[in-house]
Amino acid sequence: MEAFLSKEEFKHKLIQSFENNRKVICKNDTPLITKIRNKALETFKELGLPDQSLERWRHTDLKKPLSYEYIHPFKPIDEDVDVDTLLQCEVPDFETHLVSLLNGWFAPKQKQLIVFPDGTIIGSLAIAMIEHPKLVEDSFSKYDNYRRNGLDALNTAFAQDGVFIYVPDNVEVKNTIQMVNMINQDENIFVQNRNLIILGKNSRLTLVHCDDSLSYGRSFTNSVTEVMLAENSFIDHYKLQNINDQSSLINSTYFHMDDHSELSTNAIVLNGGLIRNDTHVKINGQGCKANVFGLYLVDKNQHVDNQVYVDHLKPNSTSDELFKGIIDDQAKAVFNGHVLVHRDAQRTNANQRNKNILLTDKAIINTKPFLEIYADDVKCSHGATVGQLNEDALFYIRSRGLSEDNARMLLMYAFAAEVINKISIDALRFRIDDLVKKRLRGELSICDQCVLNCRTKENIVSFDIDMSKI
Amino acid sequence: MLSIKDLKVSIENKEIIKGLNLEVNAGEVHAIMGPNGTGKSTLAWAIAGNEMYEITGGSITYNGHNLPDLSPEERACEGIFLGFQYPVEIPGVSMTNFMRTAMNEQRKYKGLDPVPAGEFLTKLEENKQLVEIDAKLVNRSVNEGFSGGEKKKNEILQMLMLDPRLAILDETDSGLDIDALRVVANGVNKFRSETNAIVVITHYQRLLDYIVPDFVHVLYKGKIVKSGGKELALVLEEKGYEWLKDK
Repeated sequence: MEAFLSKEEFKHKLIQSFENNRKVICKNDTPLITKIRNKALETFKELGLPDQSLERWRHTDLKKPLSYEYIHPFKPIDEDVDVDTLLQCEVPDFETHLVSLLNGWFAPKQKQLIVFPDGTIIGSLAIAMIEHPKLVEDSFSKYDNYRRNGLDALNTAFAQDGVFIYVPDNVEVKNTIQMVNMINQDENIFVQNRNLIILGKNSRLTLVHCDDSLSYGRSFTNSVTEVMLAENSFIDHYKLQNINDQSSLINSTYFHMDDHSELSTNAIVLNGGLIRNDTHVKINGQGCKANVFGLYLVDKNQHVDNQVYVDHLKPNSTSDELFKGIIDDQAKAVFNGHVLVHRDAQRTNANQRNKNILLTDKAIINTKPFLEIYADDVKCSHGATVGQLNEDALFYIRSRGLSEDNARMLLMYAFAAEVINKISIDALRFRIDDLVKKRLRGELSICDQCVLNCRTKENIVSFDIDMSKI
Repeated sequence: MLSIKDLKVSIENKEIIKGLNLEVNAGEVHAIMGPNGTGKSTLAWAIAGNEMYEITGGSITYNGHNLPDLSPEERACEGIFLGFQYPVEIPGVSMTNFMRTAMNEQRKYKGLDPVPAGEFLTKLEENKQLVEIDAKLVNRSVNEGFSGGEKKKNEILQMLMLDPRLAILDETDSGLDIDALRVVANGVNKFRSETNAIVVITHYQRLLDYIVPDFVHVLYKGKIVKSGGKELALVLEEKGYEWLKDK
C-alpha cells in the first residue's frame, strides 16, 4: 500500500527521521562535519522541499515523487551482494578504475579506500572522513551551497557516504575513473549520496559518473557532487543517466574553478522518470575554460530538467554550453541556462545554446537561455531552437532507399551526434554512441543487462544499417 | 518501363496535373520542357512518391508495379531515382556514409549482401572524379555548405552510385555554369544505356545539346501538349512556348 504524503508531511517525516537516526548519521563525522550537518538541517527546516512557486522549479513538479513512502537506509543494505555480478559496465578498450555505489552506499566487497603510489586516493567518503579528515574538511561544503537550496541542505544533513577522490598536485590520473551509482531495491527507496572530488594543482582526471537502476523499484535519489579544481587542473567529466520510469534523480554538481583550470562536463540522459541536473560552475579564477554539454532523449511521460548556472567571477575566462534534446510522446524537458558575468569578470567569453526536436504535438520543452552581465567588455551569446524533424530531409533520405523509420533515426542520430562528438575519449564515445542508437530505436538496456523497456517493446524498429561513422 | 495514363495529381486540393500520358521504355531519354508552373516538378515528385502529391486519377505503372502502392523507399529500391531540383541539406550525416547506407539498404531489398568496403570506395572514387567533385566534399555532411553547382553534381554522383533503372532529373541544369553543365551532362551520358531510361526536366534547350534526347515533350497546364523528336527543342528555343499555348 502506498500512502500519499503532502509536502509538509514529507518534510516532517524527514526531519523526524534525522532526529531518530542522528547518532548513526553522524557516526563517521569529524566535529566540523557534524556542525555543517546541523546547520544544513536548520536550513532545510527553513527552506523545505522545493515547489513550483520557486522560479528555478517552475517547470519541474516534485509533488508526485515526494508523495510516496520511501525507506531511507542509514546503513548499507544488501551487504552480501557482490556488485560485480550485478553490473558489468565494461567498455572495450577502455581502461577504467570502477567504483560503485549500491543504493547510495559504497558497494560492499570492494576495497573501501585505496591510496595509490602517486598519492591519489579513491574510495568511500564515509571512510575518508575517518582516514583523511583534513582533506575532507578542507573541501566539504566549502562554499556553503546548501544555504540556497532545500534539497542540497537535505543532502548535506543526511548524506553518509559516496565517492571520495583526491588527486594530489601534479598528478595525472591515467585510468578513467568510473563511478557507478546503482539502485537495486524492490521497495521504494530514498537515496542521498554525496561525492567529493578534489583536484590538486596541475592535476588531471577523467571521471565517468553513471546513475543506473537495476530493478523496477521506485527510487528517489538526491545526490550532490562537489568538484574542486585547483590552479591549472583539468577534469573531463561525463554523466550517463539511465534509470527506470518510476524513479527520480536529482543530481546537483558544483564545480569550483581556480585560475587556469579547465572543465569539460557532458550529461547524457538516456532514460528516467524524472531527472534533474543542476550544474553549477563557479569560475573563481582567471583564464579558465568551462565546457558544459548535455544530451537528453526522453519519451513516454518522462521529465528531464537541465539547469546550468555559470558564475563568471574573474576576468578572461570562457564558458561554452550546448544542450540538445529529442522529446517524444508526452515527455517534457526543461532547460534553464543562467550565465552571470560579474562586474570584475571583464573579457569573459560565454556561449549558450539549447536545441530541441519535438517529435509529437504533446511533447513539451521549456527553454530559457539567460545572460546576466555586469561587466562591459565581454563577448556573450545565447540562443534556443525548437523544431521538428525536417520533412524535406526525410523524403530526400527515403527517396534514396532508406525506410521511413531508418530515415527518422538517421536524422535524430545526426542531431544528437553534435553532442556525442564532443566526447574526447574514443572508446567512451563509441560506447555512448551505441547507447544513444539503442535508445533511439527503443532497445536500450542498462549496460547490456536489460531491465528497461522490456515490458513495452512497442518502439522496436528494424535498424541494422551501419551508421558507425555517420 | 514507365507507363503513365490519364494521370491527375493534386497538391492541397489544387489539381496540377490534369490528364497526362507518357510512355518511357528502357534505353530512351525523354526531355520534358515547358514554362514555369505547368507541373513538371509535380510529375517528378509524384513518380518518386512524395506524399504531399495526391494522385486523384489515372495510373502510373512501373515495371509491372502500380506505383502508388509503393513507398518512396520501395520505389528507390525498385530502381527509380529522383535528382532533386533543390537537394536537401542533412547536417550531421556524412555524404560517404549516407551513400553506403543507401546502397546497402537497396541491396538488402534485393536480397544481396552489403557492398564490400573496398568495392564501395573504388566506385565512389571513380564517380567522384567523373563528376569532378572535390574529394573533401564527400566527407562533409550531405549537401551542407555545398555550392549550387556542387549540390547538382552531388545528385549525379548519387545517381551513378545507386545505378537506378529510371532516373528523373528535375532541373539538374538550373543554376549551373557552362563547365558544370558539361560535367553533369557527361555523368548522365555515362549512365545512359540500353537498360536504363532517363527523364530530363528542363527549361532550356542548352542542356539538350549535351544530353541528346530521343523524345521531347512540352508540358503545359498539366498536360503534354506536344511531343516530338530532339528537333522540337530547337523549335522551342526559337519560338518560345507562346505558339503552343493556343493549341
